[in-house]
Amino acid sequence: MEQITIDISLKDKMLALFEKNKQLLFKNNSKSMIDIKNNAIAKFNEIGFPHTKLEEWRLTNIEPYLKAEYQHHLQTKPIDVDIESIFQCEVPDLDTFVVVLFNGRYIYKHTPLTKLDNGTIIGSFEKALEEYPEIIEKHFNKYAKNDKNGFVALNTAFAQDGIFIYVPQNIIVEQAIQIINIINTTEEVFVQPRNLFIVEKNSSITLVSCDHSLTQTNSFSNAVTEILIDENAQLNHIRVQNKGKNSTLLNTTFVEQKNYAMLTSNVLTLNSGFIRNDLDISLNGEGCEANLYGIYLADKTQFVDNHTFVDHLLPNSNSKELYKGILDDKAKAVFSGKVMVRRDAQKTNAFQANKNILLTDEATINTKPHLEIYADDVKCSHGATVGQLDNEAMFYLRSRGLGEDCARMLLMYAFADEVINKIPIEALRVRLGNMVSKRLRGELSVCDQCVMHCNSKSPTQFNIDLSKL
Amino acid sequence: MENDKNNIIQELTQGDYKYGFVTDIETETSPIGLSEDTVRYISAKKNEPEFMLEFRLKAYRHWLTLTEPTWAHLHHPPIDYQNIIFYAAPKKQQTLNSLDEVDPELLKTFNKLGISLEEQKLFSGVAVDAVVDSISVKTTFKETLSEKGIIFCSYSEAVKEHPDLVKKYMGSVVPYTDNFFAALNSAVFSDGSFCYIPPGVRCPIELSTYFRINAANSGQFERTLIIADEGSYVSYMEGCTAPMRDENQLHAAIVEIIAHDNAEVKYSTVQNWYPGNKNGDGGIYNFVTKRGFCKGHNSKISWTQVETGSAITWKYPSLILKGDNSVGEFYSVAVTNNYQQADTGTKMIHLGKNTKSTVISKGISAGKSNNSYRGLIKVSKNAINSRNYTQCDSLLLGDKCGAHTFPYIETNNKSSIVEHEATTSKISEDQLFYCLQRGIDNESAISLIVNGYAKEVLNKLPMEFAVEAQKLLSISLEGSVG
Repeated sequence: MEQITIDISLKDKMLALFEKNKQLLFKNNSKSMIDIKNNAIAKFNEIGFPHTKLEEWRLTNIEPYLKAEYQHHLQTKPIDVDIESIFQCEVPDLDTFVVVLFNGRYIYKHTPLTKLDNGTIIGSFEKALEEYPEIIEKHFNKYAKNDKNGFVALNTAFAQDGIFIYVPQNIIVEQAIQIINIINTTEEVFVQPRNLFIVEKNSSITLVSCDHSLTQTNSFSNAVTEILIDENAQLNHIRVQNKGKNSTLLNTTFVEQKNYAMLTSNVLTLNSGFIRNDLDISLNGEGCEANLYGIYLADKTQFVDNHTFVDHLLPNSNSKELYKGILDDKAKAVFSGKVMVRRDAQKTNAFQANKNILLTDEATINTKPHLEIYADDVKCSHGATVGQLDNEAMFYLRSRGLGEDCARMLLMYAFADEVINKIPIEALRVRLGNMVSKRLRGELSVCDQCVMHCNSKSPTQFNIDLSKL
Repeated sequence: MENDKNNIIQELTQGDYKYGFVTDIETETSPIGLSEDTVRYISAKKNEPEFMLEFRLKAYRHWLTLTEPTWAHLHHPPIDYQNIIFYAAPKKQQTLNSLDEVDPELLKTFNKLGISLEEQKLFSGVAVDAVVDSISVKTTFKETLSEKGIIFCSYSEAVKEHPDLVKKYMGSVVPYTDNFFAALNSAVFSDGSFCYIPPGVRCPIELSTYFRINAANSGQFERTLIIADEGSYVSYMEGCTAPMRDENQLHAAIVEIIAHDNAEVKYSTVQNWYPGNKNGDGGIYNFVTKRGFCKGHNSKISWTQVETGSAITWKYPSLILKGDNSVGEFYSVAVTNNYQQADTGTKMIHLGKNTKSTVISKGISAGKSNNSYRGLIKVSKNAINSRNYTQCDSLLLGDKCGAHTFPYIETNNKSSIVEHEATTSKISEDQLFYCLQRGIDNESAISLIVNGYAKEVLNKLPMEFAVEAQKLLSISLEGSVG
């Protein structure tokens, strides 16, 4: 087990760690993959960790989070944990195929790599590298941009394990795949999972990613996910983030869409320590569709940062973006949405909206929806609002006999519902709706941080009798 | 019809810049390049008091520590600051007492520009301060204004005659440490307009400054300072033109506005510097720092700008809303054609309670130009019940141009409401079809639609300017539909 304590600079430590463990990191890697990793570490050496002088990180000060003394585990060792003993998903009626990343490593009960009857492969990235090197080699690092920031380059250099999903052509995967990402350790860990999802032509799949931390120790997670959605394929990606206040999560996702590919992404951030979601989408085909939805609820001193980048490279694609946030106490949120329409991307439709409610004077929101457009036959718009609950709506509800708290709850829930009702899986939609309403009532903070772990078997009822309306 | 359109585009985008003539006026210039000696030369040339020289030198020394900003969405070859003449003035032997003594060539220039310096134009109701190259050549209506206690004169005159006011306010809104170009301007600024409205006075006529770059190789660095004392009102306009030259010329100005309690300032600009030819050669680099300071309660400052000229525009007329209930407005039409680049917008910093701001920005890009809106709305913790509404629309004419928006919104309290809306599209085929169907030809239809699109902003201009602006808009754009 390799351990390193951070006292000089994390950057130097990381470089040293890489030098020292090349053998481990390059295990089963082909020549071209080794080149990629060497280039990535060189890139990291060149650009280092991002800092607030960079435009993209102006409002996201990551530096304090790099100071903790994290443990890095590079040694591969099958982890023998009974998944069900530590984690039970209690979303009623949710029929999913569950895979688990535990402290950044893939854990399993029977086999690290499952091949379903229809040819779909789901399992550990590390194992896939052993068994399907040609698929990995074809796609690894083809969509990620190591020059985006130092964290991406670092992740590429240290890519060992993560989730690997491969859907062959013409397959519709009926059952949703649920990816549970748990941090549960008494150590302060620095984990760098690397995920690769390939959806081949005419296929379709739904993924539910859940990020949880079960303990209160400091942890740093630098995850990079690469996704290819090939022609006519479809991916629904739902992310639920419910992290402890001492956890730092950087989630960078690169999506490449080919002709007529469709992506629906929902990001629901319910609790966070420090979360940054980077969603980088290349619409590298005609007639693509990308729908991005997000909601973030933050209180205390939580920090949520959503950066999205939608790059329209070719004609006739549509993108739609809706992010909403409710901020309480001293929470801080950042939203930066960028839509780029390249010269060839005529007939593009791109819409973007970011709406926020601030509940206290201490909460802060920074929003920056921007457009860069080089084609003329396009329709693009963006909007951003920051405000409070509508006084007239409030008055309407109160005049009908609702108490102030009830009325406020109802309005906040309605505000959030616009995003929640976009979730394609009904069981999950209902459950998340309940989670959000509980979250808005502040109940989850008394729970043990983990939503899924919640003891109440029956879904919580919304405490407003709607028949009164 | 496609052909038709293209013809019209060609015709119009190749339309001549009608202010591109050069006047043969004897000028006196500083040695080329920038050094502490240049700064001292300028100060000495203008017989400035000691405090001005100190201010300039401080600014110059600070400038040496800075590097040119690169964050804007603009591209240009590096500017060689040692190859610029920082001071150029029409040569004159003695102080002018009446209009007759003004160089006839100069008078002709202004007549050609359609700006009359002659007193008989009293009834046009505009007081004009004309600035050629670096120097204010003539200010009209001074006497009429002084009756009311209004001071409207050139900056150099103000430095000599009202040093207390200048000392008190110069650099109070845009300090020399503000940015690269502000530091440069503070070091070498030559002249500009100064305006002071005493308490309770409503300025009866529009004040106007007309800027003209004439000398070759020179940069123009002027400075405007407007102070509206308690309860006063003034409407101020500026216009600018330059000859057509192959090399790029630098224009780095500073405008500072201070509004005290209950005062209102309306500032309108029609910026029509030479934009360069259709291949992107020449033209003015317009790197300007403009900022207003709503210092007092219930004060109001409004910026209206029509930006049609300049090879590159880098300009963010901003407002600091410090007084409670103060109001800030920003209306802008920015038109870029050929290889022009514009990175323009505004900053609204809400500090006082119940402060309100409105931002309406209309960008029109044609040819191979790039047009960006960059704005910041910042609501501080104490600015309770503040309100902002921002709308920035972009119109794309042609498939090689770009339109970009970079809005930043930072809100730090719960009682404020900030809204931002932006759209980007080309001229609606439906609207065009509707007009054509009713027998309006293509060119007129486009002109009609573009004018309608910009109307919201043009309406805010004073009468005298609105007409000019509308004409300008059609010259810059008519027919450039893609």
